[in-house]
Amino acid sequence: MISPQTLALIREWLPQLLVAAGQTLQMTVWAYALGAVMGLLIALGGMSRQRWLSGLCRVYIEFIRGTPTLIQLFLIYFGLTSVNIVIPGFQAAVIALGAHYAAYMAEVYRSGIVAVDSGQREAAQAIGMRRGQAMAYVIFPQAVRIILPPMTNFAISLLKDTSVASLIAAPELMMRANDITSEYYMPMQVYLLSGAMYFAMSYPLSLGVRYLERRFGRGRQLNLNLA
Amino acid sequence: MSFSATAIPAATDADEPLVRIQSVHKHYGALHVLKGIDLDIRPGEKVSIIGPSGSGKTTLLRCVNYLERPTRGQIFINGELLGQKQGRRGFVELDDRSLARQRTGIGMVFQRFNLFPHLTVSQNVEIGPVKVLKVSRAEARERAIGLLGKVGLAEKRDAYPEMLSGGQQQRVAIARALAMQPTLMLFDEATSALDPELVGEVLNVMAQLAADGMTMMIVTHEMQFAEDVSDRVIFMDGGQIVEQGPPSRLFGAPEHPRTRGFLRAVLQKRTMP
Repeated sequence: MISPQTLALIREWLPQLLVAAGQTLQMTVWAYALGAVMGLLIALGGMSRQRWLSGLCRVYIEFIRGTPTLIQLFLIYFGLTSVNIVIPGFQAAVIALGAHYAAYMAEVYRSGIVAVDSGQREAAQAIGMRRGQAMAYVIFPQAVRIILPPMTNFAISLLKDTSVASLIAAPELMMRANDITSEYYMPMQVYLLSGAMYFAMSYPLSLGVRYLERRFGRGRQLNLNLA
Repeated sequence: MSFSATAIPAATDADEPLVRIQSVHKHYGALHVLKGIDLDIRPGEKVSIIGPSGSGKTTLLRCVNYLERPTRGQIFINGELLGQKQGRRGFVELDDRSLARQRTGIGMVFQRFNLFPHLTVSQNVEIGPVKVLKVSRAEARERAIGLLGKVGLAEKRDAYPEMLSGGQQQRVAIARALAMQPTLMLFDEATSALDPELVGEVLNVMAQLAADGMTMMIVTHEMQFAEDVSDRVIFMDGGQIVEQGPPSRLFGAPEHPRTRGFLRAVLQKRTMP
């Protein structure tokens, strides 16, 4: 079915595509880490008693959710050059995707935190914990079980969303696929092959989500060994 | 058998109350829940608060560790103003750290136990001393083992709360509060969420604690327990203290018609099959 010539070509593309897949994975990890940390800060800021801070976090979330990822990416990559800030493609993509996902992750953190029974916070306060301690030792460890499955889902969609970075010529899998396609004009073969690579990276994460949902869906608690 | 070395507060002037509640009011919007409560509690005293639901007794108790903030009035613990300080213009809220420090001396036991479900029984008891009092892990562990032994749950120390009965969970919650070596213990309907056959084991622990000399404020529906353990019983209704006195008098010869009506209703319920 696959001709020997095609097979030879695939063998030629494969090393390039594998390198590019590695770059996609790196971009995903960096953007995810940025999003997870920023998201937590935004979630905590949004619950702050300081009005200006919670307001600011709210505005950030609404702005990010209400505008396309591509606009945010172009603003960071092209837009900032007009104020003499030049960020290389890979980094620009990490920042744009991280900042984008942070807004969605903040909402997940928030919903996980508010889902923890208010009696837990009171019990923590009653033994003399400060607000931050109650959050760190009592509330957050319990929120994790609610947060974890959607957070893993974000990893899957982020992995695929890195393909938008091809539009600013950041090195990753989609851009390499486009390059090879324009060189050989065999879009079916190239995109099938690249698609298979995205799938090979995302499917294990998918299995991870299912595992987490099974594991925490039955009311089992996560023991983070904090005491 | 003694629960902790500090259960009996250092000998102070007998006239100096451990808790002083001064014309405390609490509003929730238009709802006036506490209508001017004045109450002093001496060191070592056991005070039970009874009354119909909605009378404000739980709200009052929650004010005493500032889980509820009084809308008006002040509460002093050992002479120290709770949750507030004197500012340039009137009273201002205390910062998070100072309020947390004040709360370490006040133990609270909740109706719904509120154990930390992600921690083992022993970790539930250790976490306060370790994280708040900065006690070493080894010492906290020792303290936890001792307290869990006192409440009869030493062998459950590695279990998770969800594996325990309600009565066992509440006994762990008492141990968790005692691990902070408080000078005052608050019990908010500690047995109301329990199956009837589990009430006794919790009341026994509370009675033991009372015998050890702990100062206790007990909001309860267990009239017999209130009668047996308390030095003083307070009857609240409609956000006010209607009547108070030694249990023999309050239960034996209540003066106020509302007290009589409440006690009649409650005692009738108890004698029903």
